[in-house]
Amino acid sequence: MASTASPLSKEPTAPPAPLLLEVRDLHVEFRTRDGIAKAVNGVDYGVRAGETLAVLGESGSGKSVTAQAIMGILDVPPGRITSGEILFHGQDLLKLKEEERRRIRGSGMAMIFQDALSSLNPVLSVGDQLGEMFTVHRGMSRKDARAKAVELMDRVRIPAARERVTQYPHQFSGGMRQRIMIAMAMALEPSLIIADEPTTALDVTVQAQVMDLLAELQRELNMGLILITHDLGVVADVADTIAVMYAGRIVEKAPVHEIYKAPAHPYTKGLLESIPRLDQKGQDLYAIKGLPPNLLNIPPGCAFNPRCPMAQDICRTDVPPLAKVTYEGLTAERRSACHFWKETLRG
Amino acid sequence: MAEPTAEPILEVRGLVKHYPLTQGIVIKRQIGAVKAVDGVDFDLGSGETLGIVGESGCGKSTVAKMLVNLERPTAGEIRYKGEDITRLSGRALKAVRRNIQMVFQDPYTSLNPRMTVGDIIGEPYEIHPEVAPKGSRRQKVQDLLDVVGLNPEYINRYPHQFSGGQRQRIGIARGLALRPEVIVADEPVSALDVSVQAQVVNLLERLQSEFRLSYVFIAHDLSIVRHISDRVGVMYLGRIVEVGSDAEIYEHPTHPYTQALLSAVPVPDPGAREHRERIILSGDVPSPANPPSGCRFRTRCWKARERCALEVPELAVPAEFRGLSGPAAHDSACHFAEEKHVVP
Ligand SMILES: Nc1ncnc2c1ncn2[C@@H]1O[C@H](COP(=O)(O)OP(=O)(O)O)[C@@H](O)[C@H]1O
Ligand SMILES: Nc1ncnc2c1ncn2[C@@H]1O[C@H](COP(=O)(O)OP(=O)(O)O)[C@@H](O)[C@H]1O
Ligand code: SF4
Ligand code: SF4
Ligand SMILES: [Mg+2]
Ligand SMILES: [Mg+2]
Repeated sequence: MASTASPLSKEPTAPPAPLLLEVRDLHVEFRTRDGIAKAVNGVDYGVRAGETLAVLGESGSGKSVTAQAIMGILDVPPGRITSGEILFHGQDLLKLKEEERRRIRGSGMAMIFQDALSSLNPVLSVGDQLGEMFTVHRGMSRKDARAKAVELMDRVRIPAARERVTQYPHQFSGGMRQRIMIAMAMALEPSLIIADEPTTALDVTVQAQVMDLLAELQRELNMGLILITHDLGVVADVADTIAVMYAGRIVEKAPVHEIYKAPAHPYTKGLLESIPRLDQKGQDLYAIKGLPPNLLNIPPGCAFNPRCPMAQDICRTDVPPLAKVTYEGLTAERRSACHFWKETLRG
Repeated sequence: MAEPTAEPILEVRGLVKHYPLTQGIVIKRQIGAVKAVDGVDFDLGSGETLGIVGESGCGKSTVAKMLVNLERPTAGEIRYKGEDITRLSGRALKAVRRNIQMVFQDPYTSLNPRMTVGDIIGEPYEIHPEVAPKGSRRQKVQDLLDVVGLNPEYINRYPHQFSGGQRQRIGIARGLALRPEVIVADEPVSALDVSVQAQVVNLLERLQSEFRLSYVFIAHDLSIVRHISDRVGVMYLGRIVEVGSDAEIYEHPTHPYTQALLSAVPVPDPGAREHRERIILSGDVPSPANPPSGCRFRTRCWKARERCALEVPELAVPAEFRGLSGPAAHDSACHFAEEKHVVP
């Protein structure tokens, strides 16, 4: 009835594989009634085959917009990529024609959304939707595609796949629908998957099942996984690397173990201190004061400065670069966009 | 947190809510019932916070609505200071209702967008003018804004001019307007970002000691519930399956469902990955229209045996722990209760 799963641990990969995807200095704006909303303001991140990069940040920090730009599904207009590069297998996607991007979107990279019900077609059976991946992209016959659909449903452990393949999305529970989304994303065995809050809408026991499945498939297929989330617990469970976003920028990027041991950015530090813990009964929670900035009017200098307990004069004038963080014993790359990362690390 | 006293302010006994399931459009026939809440018992001590956790659909909101009289129970008692309020009506009911107020989950939809903040917070005074005569209301509302950390000058603004966290403060101010003794908070911080969540949780804790409030705090986030609660009840499919102090539930759970639930919560500590045991439950929660016989958890329980299908386990200290004084000796509705450490 229930099984006891081993933890989602991963061997540290010895020689770093080449970057599968690299986002360089990406800027995205939205034209709104009230002005230009600067949603993404110079994002840099990359992911390798077999790696899980968690993109962490509060709502409105630009996580989904960055993902939409990578996938080529940004709302244009009102959205607009004003500068930057998105290299996939070394090729800049922003220079490709729409047709070529569509091809990559099917077989090279795929996305899983939070809300499976609104991303699946309500009037097509799940078998037809899964099968379509193979008839459209692989030119398979309908019969073969149906067999593939059943195989995929088995693979994401949907019980009685052969019987349920003719059912419609609303006939499945939330967790089962998210499995179908995962099956769709995996159908053409892409090298990169972007999962945008894939378990946020699910209950905790179902969330655990779905994250387990995702991690297992990723390991099997050696895919790169960009996991977008606001949940510091989920990140600690599955990520190799974390990129923390604030007001459309990466403010800290680090191997997962390092960042939880000692954050190098005051925003990350504030987030870690503000969550209640399951494993201890704490005192008062630390609360980061104030609110994230209005994207129509981001403060000059460091965008976090009005909320930062460590802010100095320079923070109100100079934008901190995403600087390399170094210390004894650190082997992987680590970065922080804080003028005072050394002081922050020391606590 | 306020020191809880022995005297319960609320005693809930055998609380049941069945929603009829009907068929037919013109002539409706009842073909069954959704057993949303199906026999819930608990006490709330004066000044205490009782957390209620459980996955969606287990009946948490239905319990909350019955406590504040937004739903009428199908059966059972809700005693407020010893008096069963489910039997009251008219003036007596109105007087009691004043003392039990609710704070809702969604700060986006629970506030009327066409009313000013002042009107929203002051609305309860329309029903209970004895609490604040007309002339004093504006001042009372401004005091409430101040108490929840909002600028009293915002009294004429509309909800859309506020962030999610600020709207939740408005909802809390409204809940406090009638100076209640009990606040039922249904997922009050679930829709908020972590940094804002912490601000609101701290506010609720401060208000509790300032006004000597008793809280029923409902949430699906087990970490927040541990943080804020003195005692915790775990619900599954319309019933409470285990209840105890925070240490009893989190460090010495004896019910398999509680153990699975706790083990599935991701912990923000990557070091815990390697040596953590996770109990992954298979399958989905059964329909509350047709719950399993005996123990409702048996279709997903890895310890289920024949007895579990035949006998409903009662919520009491299990036989194997009866008479013992340790933290494992607390109420747990399982025939085969045993202690298991699952939180790292
Ligand atoms: N379709 C859109 N039209 C206008 N503004 C948008 C649109 N999508 C996103 N934005 C803006 O971009 C900001 C970042 O959004 P998003 O990337 O979705 O944040 P999150 O980190 O929560 O995923 C939003 O706060 C909003 O201002
Ligand atoms: N007005 C209603 N009519 C019929 N069923 C309802 C109604 N309200 C809630 N339910 C059902 O009762 C069960 C418990 O719901 P609820 O109390 O909202 O759970 P929770 O708050 O724990 O998520 C669910 O199965 C829900 O679908
Ligand atoms: S740069 Fe300054 S304001 Fe920004 S996080 Fe660092 S110390 Fe704080
Ligand atoms: S009574 Fe039986 S089925 Fe229910 S929780 Fe205990 S062991 Fe599992
Ligand atoms: Mg998003
Ligand atoms: Mg609810």
